[in-house]
Amino acid sequence: MSWFLLGLIRVLTGAQARWYGCPPKAEQRIYFANHQSHADLVMIWAALPKELRGITRAIAAKDYWTKTPFKQWITTAVFNVIYVDRAKTGEQDPLEPLIEALSHGDSVILFPEGTRGNAEEPQSFKAGLYNLALKFPNVVLVPAWINNVQRVMPKGEVVPVPILCSVTFGAPLQLREGEDRRVFLDRARAAVIALRDV
Amino acid sequence: MINRFILGLTSGQQVGLLFVLVFGLLLIGSIVGFARSIREPGDDPAGQARRANLKNFNSVLRTSWFMVAVFWVGWASGERVATALFGIVSFFALREFITLSPTRRGDHRSLVLAFFVVLPVQFWLVATEHFDLFTVFIPVYVFLAIPVVSALADDPQRFLERNAKLQWGIMVCVYGMSHVPALLLLDFPDWDSDKNAFLVFFLVFVVQGCMVVQHAASRKLKRAPSAPHISQSFNWASWAIGVGVASFLGGVFSAITPFKPGQALAMAFIACVAGSLGHLVMKALKRDRGVTNWAGDVASVTGASGLLDRVDALCFAAPVFFHSVRWYFDL
Repeated sequence: MSWFLLGLIRVLTGAQARWYGCPPKAEQRIYFANHQSHADLVMIWAALPKELRGITRAIAAKDYWTKTPFKQWITTAVFNVIYVDRAKTGEQDPLEPLIEALSHGDSVILFPEGTRGNAEEPQSFKAGLYNLALKFPNVVLVPAWINNVQRVMPKGEVVPVPILCSVTFGAPLQLREGEDRRVFLDRARAAVIALRDV
Repeated sequence: MINRFILGLTSGQQVGLLFVLVFGLLLIGSIVGFARSIREPGDDPAGQARRANLKNFNSVLRTSWFMVAVFWVGWASGERVATALFGIVSFFALREFITLSPTRRGDHRSLVLAFFVVLPVQFWLVATEHFDLFTVFIPVYVFLAIPVVSALADDPQRFLERNAKLQWGIMVCVYGMSHVPALLLLDFPDWDSDKNAFLVFFLVFVVQGCMVVQHAASRKLKRAPSAPHISQSFNWASWAIGVGVASFLGGVFSAITPFKPGQALAMAFIACVAGSLGHLVMKALKRDRGVTNWAGDVASVTGASGLLDRVDALCFAAPVFFHSVRWYFDL
């Protein structure tokens, strides 16, 4: 199934990965990217080399990806995602499942905007990335820009259209000593945007 | 002697011989490329030039291997498979075209229609030899259907531009490309239709030959470009040389076609004029999008392999060639 899916994604989008600033490497990483479509996590999954795909888990919105048995099956069995609740449910920390995955040694794919945007530039980043960086200082933070995916399958459509897409990975970022939360998040967002024009 | 030997072969063996020759030439080319790559070029300007030269040579060689292999598989496995293969090439070319076109969300349904309905239907019409419908399906029916679907999407912004781009993409990548396998299915009087693979070879050979000669001539002549904002390399003198040389080659190769030498020359001339000028038109389209080739600097962004750069001349030449052959021979 994953083999079939990979072939399909390659035919439709090319699924090209461009590594600028860091090589694909099996170290523990947090990839953070812009978010324009539900297909983003599929795209970044397909763009990663085979060796990294198994140890890298994307985060996915629980309400959307568990709506139908098929969606649930594909995100669990093929992508092995980390479900995150978008609706705040009282005292439970939404980062809990992420922290668990990271302490198991997995790499994660994060969309710090929280929701899908449809403007040219990503919305401002939420605090999750900062909190994780603080908690796991040894995990490498890699920015990524996903290009064109929103054209493949816009909101509300079911049939994807073949358009070439790519994922650009940039130079790793580091949380500086005592850096302010907002400053760091803006810096991370700028790093993602900068990859658009590489 | 050699002549009698070739005429004594069956048509299947003749086509096989052609492939042996072409693969042999490619093999020699690859060996030369390998031999040249053994010595590491230096870092001085001459070495840099040599390196760039070698890289260019290798990329042309790779494309040629790929294209010949496609033709060979197509020929070996029959007309239906050949048609399907050209359908796949057309799919990737259209994907490249659409990637660089400014589509909006409202175009989604039209794109689905173009990729998953128009393209398969067109190639199915070729495979089943519905030639009358096949020549009008896209220019008449699809021409109307696409804007209707787009209009229903309720987005007036740049409506004409978006639709024009999509229509153009379908016309060049699907309609043009579908005429290449259609050549395999023509029935000439006094001509074994098993040998129609030669006709496709003839078309590809003269059109690509024309492009290569024109390119080489414009490098040597260094004339002022005729349309500098569109193309830095196009000028009428080298264009005339390219078309002239390729038409002459077409005349020489008339033996592998159902044409007499004069006819072959005229057909090659028509195909070359259409192909080379079509290539210029595609350059204008690319300039409009602000890129110099379909791969180019955007390759890094889109992963486009520049397939369209290689086949666009063929896409323009094939319908004109097909139609004039059918009209002249009254097929």
